[in-house]
Amino acid sequence: MVDMTTRLTEDGGTTAVEVRGLVKHYGPTKALDGVDLDVRRGTVLGVLGPNGAGKTTLVRVLSTLVQPDAGTARVAGFDVLKQPRQLRRVIGLTGQYASVDEKLSGRENLYMIGRLLDLPAKAARARADELLERFSLTEAAKRPAMQYSGGMRRRLDLAASMIGHPAVLYLDEPTTGLDPRTRNEVWEEVQRMVADGATVLLTTQYMEEAEQLAHELTIIDRGRIIAGGKVAELKAKVGGRTLLIRPSRSSAAPAMVAAIAEAGLDGVAGARADDSGLVSVPILSDDQLTAVVGMLGGRGFGIAHIETHLPSLDEVFLAVTGEKASAPQDAQDAQDPGSSGHAADGAAGTDQKVEVSV
Amino acid sequence: MSAATATLTGAPAKAAGSEGRIGLRANMRHIGALARRNMLQIKQDPESMFDVLLMPVIFTLLFVYVFGGAVSGKGHQHDYVDYVVPGLMAMMGMNISMAVGTGINDDFQKGVMDRFRTMPIARSSVLIAKILVEVGRMVIAIGILLGMGFALGMNIGTDVPHLLMAIVLSLFFGASLMWIFILLGLTMKTAQAVQGVAMLVLMPLQFGSSIFAKPTTMPGWLESFTKFNPLSNLADASRALINGGAVAHSVWMVVAWSVGITVVTAPLAVARFRKRT
Ligand SMILES: Nc1ncnc2c1ncn2[C@@H]1O[C@H](COP(=O)(O)OP(=O)(O)OP(=O)(O)O)[C@@H](O)[C@H]1O
Ligand SMILES: [Mg+2]
Repeated sequence: MVDMTTRLTEDGGTTAVEVRGLVKHYGPTKALDGVDLDVRRGTVLGVLGPNGAGKTTLVRVLSTLVQPDAGTARVAGFDVLKQPRQLRRVIGLTGQYASVDEKLSGRENLYMIGRLLDLPAKAARARADELLERFSLTEAAKRPAMQYSGGMRRRLDLAASMIGHPAVLYLDEPTTGLDPRTRNEVWEEVQRMVADGATVLLTTQYMEEAEQLAHELTIIDRGRIIAGGKVAELKAKVGGRTLLIRPSRSSAAPAMVAAIAEAGLDGVAGARADDSGLVSVPILSDDQLTAVVGMLGGRGFGIAHIETHLPSLDEVFLAVTGEKASAPQDAQDAQDPGSSGHAADGAAGTDQKVEVSV
Repeated sequence: MSAATATLTGAPAKAAGSEGRIGLRANMRHIGALARRNMLQIKQDPESMFDVLLMPVIFTLLFVYVFGGAVSGKGHQHDYVDYVVPGLMAMMGMNISMAVGTGINDDFQKGVMDRFRTMPIARSSVLIAKILVEVGRMVIAIGILLGMGFALGMNIGTDVPHLLMAIVLSLFFGASLMWIFILLGLTMKTAQAVQGVAMLVLMPLQFGSSIFAKPTTMPGWLESFTKFNPLSNLADASRALINGGAVAHSVWMVVAWSVGITVVTAPLAVARFRKRT
């Protein structure tokens, strides 16, 4: 029997999640409007998008909670509609809203899930304790989950989705509401699972998280994929980093901006100063950064502070959706909903978009 | 196919048939784990046992002392105890099963159901576990009811095996009713709505029955209704089993009702559970 899990893709990997033409409408709302994506086995795909874009709907379809209206989705080779039982054996889900039993303690929650995943009682206890430890919940292990803080609940939920060592893990905004330390813990756990061969589909609002974890990104808006690709590619398209320079004397800022414009450094454009005297320069490469700083030093500008700023999700998102929002009709026309090709095909003509395929 | 999925993680292949069906033993384990969850919930929230602990006490006292005199004559409440306690046994089952409907509805507003629905477990196991624990609650309620009955002077006209049979019959019928209320609980939007509809069905069934008064004292049309009312059948069966008398007809009626209700509503409830998003 030909199994999709062993289907080779061009670069020798295997496709763990394969989505084609996925559609889900809620009345007039097109939560998913023809989504295509692939997640290669052992990689992390970051799904970005504004509120209501359809991220959660996508995750719910892929975890058999919601049935799509059209299109196909296969996870580890199993079809979401035709083989939901097999599919559930290989997935783990941390939904956007905690799905733990509030009345049970953290340990009992994890133990129950271990038992439901057919771990022997002893192994289920051991696994529960191990994950409680990893997510810094050991102290709270015996308290009912309803007494947990939002972040603790979130961590318990994450632990619950990892108990069965799922081959494919869905994380729907996993670190929303977590403090920086626990956010790092979660990232470490996700990376550990990926190192062990798991595939992760992660939705997030944090660029930093996408950058830390995701091998590739997909930006989704109004149920459609509008951009995608490797993190670096996407950022390059969006305008790369911003170099922030604070002159020793803030009054020197306008002169600094003028100097950068005059110098005519290769590809450097759009420097400006804000009211506080902070100069920002869009930077596309390390070479440009070196050139700008070198030039300023050479001309005797004093620099008090310097840092590079990565584009935020907002910036990435606004850049990619900018012209789409102004001409929504074009985007509609460019896309044939019945097409079996990639959703990004419709956007392939414009240079702001990146092909999503792997 | 399970071999292929196993290679994906390197984890050992789980005991699954080629179609991913859940084996019987695995299913039992899942039901056990879920029943444990339901019991831990009770432990965490002991107030949820109030109905089971207090309802039998209050009902027996109320019915024996308020109606007992009216039905059997002042000073003859003891006769009414023998009559009403087996009937109350039937009613207790109904009231507790009704609570299952509201409980399930409540449960479904919570995220944990989403987790269950993404796990490789039979969808029915969540419902069966709930029913098992609720049957356990019924056992406690019936125990207290009988204790109250004996304290108020109830006699067993037959013997202990017959009494046990009456208890088992009540539990059996109660469990079948739970499927109806689970179906209701999964269909209606809020727990209050479930409660409302359940009460609407419950009141006529309870009072238009032989639970509290002999149907021969009722108008003809109502008397006919009581004959087909499964609660009457159950009350009559329990009474015959505990007090003595012709048993067969009413017992078979109850068994037929229970099996019929379960066969029709259990698959509907499980299907409903599957669909609910
Ligand atoms: N059960 C539902 N009934 C009706 N509409 C729904 C339902 N679930 C989602 N929607 C709609 O579908 C769209 C996509 O919602 P979805 O939850 O997938 O967005 P999201 O990208 O996860 O947003 P967020 O970032 O806010 O979590 C929204 O317009 C939402 O209102
Ligand atoms: Mg969401």
